[in-house]
Amino acid sequence: MNLRGIIPALTVVGFILAFWTLAVIPMNAHLTADQAQRDGLVMSPEEPRDRQAYLGLVLALKNPAIIPLTYSLDRPRLPSPHQVAAEMFETIFMKSPTSRRSLVYHGWVTLSATLLGFMIGTTLGIILAVGIVYNRTMDKSVMPWAITSQTIPILALAPMIIVMLGAIGIQGLLPKSVISAYLSFFPVVVGMVKGLRSPDGMQLDLLRTYNANANQGFWKLRLPASMPYLFASLKIGISAALVGAIVGELPTGARAGFGARILVGDQYGPLMILWAALFGAAVTAAALVGIITLIERRTLRRMGMAGTS
Amino acid sequence: MAYLIALSIWAAGWFINARLAHGPQSDTRLVSLLIPVIFGVTIIAMWQVLVTMLDVSPIILPAPSDIAARFVASTQTLWVDFKQTVIMGAMTGYIIGMVAAFAIALLADRSEFLTKGILPVGSFMAALPIVGTAPIFVKWLGSDWESKSAVVAVMVFFPILVNTVAGLKDTSGMQRDLMRTYGAGYWPTLFKLRLPAALPFIFNGLKIATTLALIGAIVAEFFGSPTVGMGFRISTSVGQLALDMVWAEIVVAALAGSAFYGLMAFIEKRVTFWHPSQR
Repeated sequence: MNLRGIIPALTVVGFILAFWTLAVIPMNAHLTADQAQRDGLVMSPEEPRDRQAYLGLVLALKNPAIIPLTYSLDRPRLPSPHQVAAEMFETIFMKSPTSRRSLVYHGWVTLSATLLGFMIGTTLGIILAVGIVYNRTMDKSVMPWAITSQTIPILALAPMIIVMLGAIGIQGLLPKSVISAYLSFFPVVVGMVKGLRSPDGMQLDLLRTYNANANQGFWKLRLPASMPYLFASLKIGISAALVGAIVGELPTGARAGFGARILVGDQYGPLMILWAALFGAAVTAAALVGIITLIERRTLRRMGMAGTS
Repeated sequence: MAYLIALSIWAAGWFINARLAHGPQSDTRLVSLLIPVIFGVTIIAMWQVLVTMLDVSPIILPAPSDIAARFVASTQTLWVDFKQTVIMGAMTGYIIGMVAAFAIALLADRSEFLTKGILPVGSFMAALPIVGTAPIFVKWLGSDWESKSAVVAVMVFFPILVNTVAGLKDTSGMQRDLMRTYGAGYWPTLFKLRLPAALPFIFNGLKIATTLALIGAIVAEFFGSPTVGMGFRISTSVGQLALDMVWAEIVVAALAGSAFYGLMAFIEKRVTFWHPSQR
């Protein structure tokens, strides 16, 4: 993204943040009114039950005194952006990364499973794609299933895989990686097959006139030609892998990782833990996609294909 | 022995497929359909043989016959779960998200500046693990299907938005000039030129969103639901180690997913029959 593209994007982000900040008032108005009354302020209407009849926004306008207070609740329904930012700063920078209360620690647990699974899934995906392109039987048998798999919510398999692998004694990192692996596997297969097939007849004919054998055809034409497709799939694959690792942490009540933080925040702790984990996961996803985009740009530029994707 | 039988099933399936794939009629529709079906049957047969003959415990991998039996025995439960999760959770959310995405796309379309901002931000948001917001919506809207629809709506919103905005930009200056020479204003141009031109993009987003909708509705139920629903059934059956039930739900999810996608692809085919990719 060039500099001129950043300003409109930042404007849109600003819009979203402003909307969020304003939404805090009506979302938290009832809770804040209850709290303020307990602290001795006079609310109108005075009965908490009567207040339920009002929309949050109306209640806030009737009691303007509570508006600033909606931003400083301990357990808000909707925390304001600065509260989430403070929680994230606290758990990322102020805690030692090995502490269980550090978001970096939990992030690393999820990230390591994601990366391991992503590598496995991508490697297997590329191998299968090569097989599909060079073997007609494989193409006809497997490819329709690979495409169908994209329309099926295979993420729903996640809880079962954790339990299945748990039953045969595999625990910890690997079950989550398996989920990440199969989620990133199918997009890579589909994209890579498309990429390896992207050279047109003219290019293939040219190689034939050079008397190139199949091996050279693969390394010098098909594989390089598939790179833009591969990177597009990798970006889909890595974010799917991250979602897979997070969902893989939910069913067994894992004690570490973004998924575990989301559960802890949901069931026991203050909701702020959940929000921090969510944004931590979002930042991680953005960073992963960003890294792949960076590698993509450098690779394609060195291959003289910059601008084709 | 079991491995030997499984291996011979594999060899037989592969042999038939190899003959079909290299045969003279390999590109006809029937054979193109038959080959993956044979492949699927081969896998299921091997699965059946290995699980039965090696006595694999049903809490690790139930046999396909057990799954089929469970499926037939609990069609009532499966149907109720399907209604709760797919019809109420996923479909409602899908429609809300779609309408919202169209509305925002049309608004943003009035301004070049907003379009430029929404495209990168929208595709960025589409890559985020939005399904994690499920517990928040469950807290806000209760554990019934409303919270699931909300998660689904947010999940499908961004891919549809990005594709619609990109699609609305996909007319050439020449085409727009032609509309202007006809004296067409903003709305006639939109309905007669730019929306039809955007349809292939829009359907692309709608098709991506079908899978997301089901994922959102199912996974959101892991965070709290009434005692009905596919996600609820999967998580409780996993807890009871009743894996045949889990597989039966997954079969339903797979059927629902491909049917939903197929429906969108069918509508696309009917609506964008003029597009080169459909001819």
